[in-house]
Amino acid sequence: MLIIFTKLADWLAFTIFGLAPHSKFGDAVHFFIEDTTKIFFLLVVMIYFIALIRASLNIEKVRDYLAGKNRFIGYFMGAIFGAITPFCSCSSIPVFLGFTSGGIPVGITMSFLLTSPLINEVAVLLLLSLVGWKITLIYVLVGLAVGIAGGIFLDLMHAEKLLQPFALKAYESATPTVSKNINKVILSFRDRHEFARQELLDIFNRVWKWVFIGVGLGAALHGFVPVSWIETNLGNGQWWSVPLAVLLGIPLYSNATGVIPVMESLISKGLPIGTTMAFCMSTVAASFPEFILLKQVMTWRLLAIILVLLLTSFTVVGWVLNATNFN
Amino acid sequence: MKEIIVLGSGCAKCVKTAEFIQSVATECGIPVNVVKETSPEVIMSYGVMSTPAVVVDNKLMHSGSIPDRKKIEGWLK
Repeated sequence: MLIIFTKLADWLAFTIFGLAPHSKFGDAVHFFIEDTTKIFFLLVVMIYFIALIRASLNIEKVRDYLAGKNRFIGYFMGAIFGAITPFCSCSSIPVFLGFTSGGIPVGITMSFLLTSPLINEVAVLLLLSLVGWKITLIYVLVGLAVGIAGGIFLDLMHAEKLLQPFALKAYESATPTVSKNINKVILSFRDRHEFARQELLDIFNRVWKWVFIGVGLGAALHGFVPVSWIETNLGNGQWWSVPLAVLLGIPLYSNATGVIPVMESLISKGLPIGTTMAFCMSTVAASFPEFILLKQVMTWRLLAIILVLLLTSFTVVGWVLNATNFN
Repeated sequence: MKEIIVLGSGCAKCVKTAEFIQSVATECGIPVNVVKETSPEVIMSYGVMSTPAVVVDNKLMHSGSIPDRKKIEGWLK
């Protein structure tokens, strides 16, 4: 079905604009048109339908669920909820404090917060349509694993001691709250539709520019970086290329929607999967704006630890994936 | 006069919420005092996890989105 977007791009790039197929510029323009139209179409359809289904899941429910759980199930479920609960990074502070003051261990909260930017329904469905199910599955498993392992590590080192004093106090004086849940109403279809419409507008407003940036970069890579260059210089998964890719990803900041077209382009150019994954995850999860926000509830030391933790895990993941050699 | 607090860590939607409430109140000719609260500590004290949230006369009325006009008019009455 998605072939119509290739056809549309063929027609626009080669017939209407009169660009030569297989020329650098023609290829780049073709990639850009095909991917932007396809991604925007998928986004609109997917966000709406997924929101319809998910309308009754809110952050309060997630907290209530996590509060009563055994630790190890907690890390796992924290990461899973991080993946399926939509939320914008501007909510990470209230969410962090809400969880903490509900007595949820910092590690479980961080499993939630670390997984959240990496995996979401939009990212998963884009991956499926652009790079296939195998890489999608790897991406999701790696994202969950990093979130879970990160959370366990933070609790083992007693990260709560490194919170800002008021947050630590809130954690220590937490009483397991059975929430005074305000809305336990059953949603009608109209409510769900209204929620989905809002959600669509919201997410779309947030991500459309990342799609243009991401696809633009992907198109430039696609059209102008020769396959032979990547293959000779990075194609064997040279060990240093992975940490380099991770470091390169830190100053770059994008959300998952923007980075996936770049990923598609890099993989098609023969960059090994581990290197690509390391670069993309670092771009999405280790971002300065997010860290500056977290400073409100954490000390610099804890932030530094989390950053190092993320960078190390992405590097290890990259090495392991390169070594296993998929395809 | 109604005291209205908009809770939110400075995101665009929180600013919009505050402006929207102010404009609805002005249209209805009801005097209100709208303030924005960005301190995470205060937001936590209301038990709010999704912003923007709205507190009217010290009672939490709404959280997680920009409230619609009907809702706002309900609070102002």
